[in-house]
Amino acid sequence: MSEILLEARELTKEFPAAGGKRVHAVSGVSLHIYRNETLSLVGESGCGKSTLGRLMIRTMQPTSGEVLFRGQSVTAMREREFKPLRKELQLIFQDPYASLDPRMTVRDLISEPLETWRLCESREAVTARVQELLRAVGLPEEFLYRYPHQFSGGQRQRIGIARAIAANPAFIVCDEPVSALDVSVQNQILNLLKELKASRGLTFLFISHDLSVVRYLSDRVCVMFLGKLCEIGPTEEVYRHPRHPYTRFLLDAVPVPNPSQRGKERRLLKGEPPSPADPPSGCRFRTRCPFATERCAGEEPALRDFGGVQVACHRAESVQTEA
Amino acid sequence: MEEKILDVRGLTVCFQTAKGTIRPVDDVSLTVPRGSIVGIVGESGCGKSMTARAVMGLVRYPGKVTGGSVLLDGREISALPERERRKLRGSEISMIFQEPMTSLNPVMRVGRQVEEAVLLHTDCTREEAKARVLEIFREVEIPEPEARYDCYPHQLSGGLRQRVLIAMAAVCRPKLLIADEPTTALDVTVEAQILSLLERLRDAGVSVLLISHNLGVIARVCDYVFVMYAGRIVEQAGTEALFERPRHPYTRGLFRAVASLREGGDALETIPGVVPNLLHLPAGCSFSLRCASCRSDCERRLPALAETEPGHKVRCFLAGEGGAR
Repeated sequence: MSEILLEARELTKEFPAAGGKRVHAVSGVSLHIYRNETLSLVGESGCGKSTLGRLMIRTMQPTSGEVLFRGQSVTAMREREFKPLRKELQLIFQDPYASLDPRMTVRDLISEPLETWRLCESREAVTARVQELLRAVGLPEEFLYRYPHQFSGGQRQRIGIARAIAANPAFIVCDEPVSALDVSVQNQILNLLKELKASRGLTFLFISHDLSVVRYLSDRVCVMFLGKLCEIGPTEEVYRHPRHPYTRFLLDAVPVPNPSQRGKERRLLKGEPPSPADPPSGCRFRTRCPFATERCAGEEPALRDFGGVQVACHRAESVQTEA
Repeated sequence: MEEKILDVRGLTVCFQTAKGTIRPVDDVSLTVPRGSIVGIVGESGCGKSMTARAVMGLVRYPGKVTGGSVLLDGREISALPERERRKLRGSEISMIFQEPMTSLNPVMRVGRQVEEAVLLHTDCTREEAKARVLEIFREVEIPEPEARYDCYPHQLSGGLRQRVLIAMAAVCRPKLLIADEPTTALDVTVEAQILSLLERLRDAGVSVLLISHNLGVIARVCDYVFVMYAGRIVEQAGTEALFERPRHPYTRGLFRAVASLREGGDALETIPGVVPNLLHLPAGCSFSLRCASCRSDCERRLPALAETEPGHKVRCFLAGEGGAR
């Protein structure tokens, strides 16, 4: 698991906003993703996790910084050079209702990537491959000529997954793949993703706001707040010993399906999240952080290593003991 | 027995479709005791939102309430003419919806929108109404209420919009607040804030009917819970009893699915199959197609909602015999 598949170096993405302002969606993010691991990005809406996901597979170009795939910078490549790599870098979308063309049959939907890269010799070979993919995602072969509207949300998501793995990619960004699904179906899809990762040696960047899903699925987890990394490390370590105050609040806020924990004193975040168009100086979390000091306003915290977990907080040591 | 603020009996909603009649709400009876938060939990399409709409009198064509009664604080409201019901909505019974953006008027200042409810249901002057709006804004912890009063919805975050909606629903001190997935579109840290707000409203005398698919949310705030599946209530119990001793195989499956996610392990627990199409419900128990303990009897007859212990009712033939798997 030590081989680095994908690396982000100082990635920044800014969008122009009204009034000449700039929305800082992703600010100077560096991270790497090892081959055959699942790295999860968690954080609240607007923290830049989807943008970061798009940047990693070059469906969006960064304002500055670069992405390296197998040691090669995909950011600097020309479109023509990049095209063969597109099939290595794929995406599974959140909304299984919006992401499938309603006028295409299942066969057309899944065979599109096969035809784009001319991966099959004949029509028969395409059909055979599509059938194989349907089996791989747990759908019966007779669905071949049906249309998306004939399927439930979970089944549609399976079609989306079949489409994403059709060209045998190395890396897939899963952008909230189960948040539109019910619990009982959600688990079926998570099982499928886990199984595909093992059987096909896939590497996932899994984007989610659901912390229990993330805990189950990922090897490492990366917490983002307002375009910055707060904390990144092995999943269990981060969940058991959160060192960044934001990670603590996030984990504390998750409602536990156990009524006996109801009386438990809960720390709630106060106030409103700052705007990404006008982020606070220094640490971006400081305006909501009960541990913030003057230093947090003046100096931006760098990621520091705590036994394998990297944390961007000046006060990470005291946050742990004051907990 | 404590006093009931809401008493729904045998509520049934029918939809005529081209392919036949479906019943998204089928013989649903539920009560909300005064001063409590009662939950309805279930997956998409189980009829929980439709139940809420039927209680509010907001079922739209081609849907129709075809049976049952709704007693609000002892008064039958389901048979009232629309004019009378409209007077109740917003004053005695109010509802907040899942999507805080689509429920607000985008071209009207939020303060005015809340004020509208006050002007409609009381004989306040505008100044008095505005004062009440600012007071409720403070109560639901909207920061800088005077400044927010003049904001348009798009200028507010999702959490603030939901607070505005709660303010709108609570400003006339309704007896009952129906909250339909009030936190589903929100982030977890904001969700926690909104839930504690609902608890405070409850403590201030507003009873709450909370609809959610999230067992964590239900466990956190509800006193009593109804579990719905395919239009029917399949289990009902006090929150603690339900979470400690779920008896219906569907409830158990749901709990196991959530628990396995928390516990980890190689493969997650799932409920096999999918929710049945309401047009083709099985003759007997609607869960029979997905149930591991299904017997021939289950496919033929619909089990009644039977009490297994005081306050705990289950719609399953096997509930009495130690329960299904």
